[in-house]
Amino acid sequence: MINSGPTPPLTMPLGTRDHVLGPPDARLVLVEYGDYQCPHCRRAHPIVRQIVARFGDQLKFGFRHFPLSKIHPQARLAAQAAEAAAAQEKFWQMHDLLFRHQDELELDHLAQYAAVLELDVPRFRDELNAGLYARRVQEDVVSGLRSGVNGTPTFYVHNKRFNGGYELDALVNALDTPPTPDTPPT
Amino acid sequence: MENVSSSSILSPGTVAPDFCLATEPGKLLRLSDLRGQPVVLVFYPADWSPVCGDQLSLYNEILPEFERFNAHLLGISVDGPFCHAAYRQHRNLDLTLLSDFEPKGAVSRQYGAYDSKNGISQRAIFVLDDKGIIRWSYLSPISINPGADGILAALEELQRE
Repeated sequence: MINSGPTPPLTMPLGTRDHVLGPPDARLVLVEYGDYQCPHCRRAHPIVRQIVARFGDQLKFGFRHFPLSKIHPQARLAAQAAEAAAAQEKFWQMHDLLFRHQDELELDHLAQYAAVLELDVPRFRDELNAGLYARRVQEDVVSGLRSGVNGTPTFYVHNKRFNGGYELDALVNALDTPPTPDTPPT
Repeated sequence: MENVSSSSILSPGTVAPDFCLATEPGKLLRLSDLRGQPVVLVFYPADWSPVCGDQLSLYNEILPEFERFNAHLLGISVDGPFCHAAYRQHRNLDLTLLSDFEPKGAVSRQYGAYDSKNGISQRAIFVLDDKGIIRWSYLSPISINPGADGILAALEELQRE
């Protein structure tokens, strides 16, 4: 079994603070903790996009930040850039650009992406320089730590940690399996 | 099967066996010198695991979370001190790594956390209170990075007392 081992619960379910694709009352729930500088997350990104397209309105997908900044020095700033874009209603567009340009995540690069997305670039720069979203990113990290995030990407399917990696088939199968009730299976 | 019986590792309530191991070439650390603060012992199979965001990188990243509890986190494997030094430098690790190197795996054995078939420490975690008593222990399947939630919950429990 690939998906063996403990499956700790997502301690903070998706809510209004989160960046979510799909309807809030969707039957299926997928949450990713990711890092814009992590090569595995970049590889998972198009797979997640396929899953979102495939399940349509049946699925809500939430992305939370988990920058491992000691090994990925630009990851934390990139996460804050996504939040700064979110403040101007362009989270997912920035999210896609950051993964597409994973090797170019210095502040000047981020400002270029903000310009491409037609954001208010001076505001975007000011907010990043002021660290306005540092706490927001750290909230994601702490929620991940308390939920058993053990690297990136870590996925939660129906609010339980998924240990089976990020291949399309594995994630689709897990999503297709109905959520188990809280009582353990007999 | 990768499941290992957790009955083998030392359980909560046990006094943590004292040890003196190298932290880096020529420098030793004695566990009992850390009395007065919580200690987290993280036994792990080997340096140089091939994934990014592995267990130690994760703990290294969140050292400030452990420091909030005044806890000292120690990684332990059978790799020698020069290996640890190279590994720490390469991975940009700030956390302390101990070498259970000679006699090989002796401390890991004392904690019931040695895989004698493969000659490596198991992926086992012990949270010790300020008196050196084991308060929480956990043996993870060797291929599964256990994350930090269990450690943080145990430290929180200690702080509440």
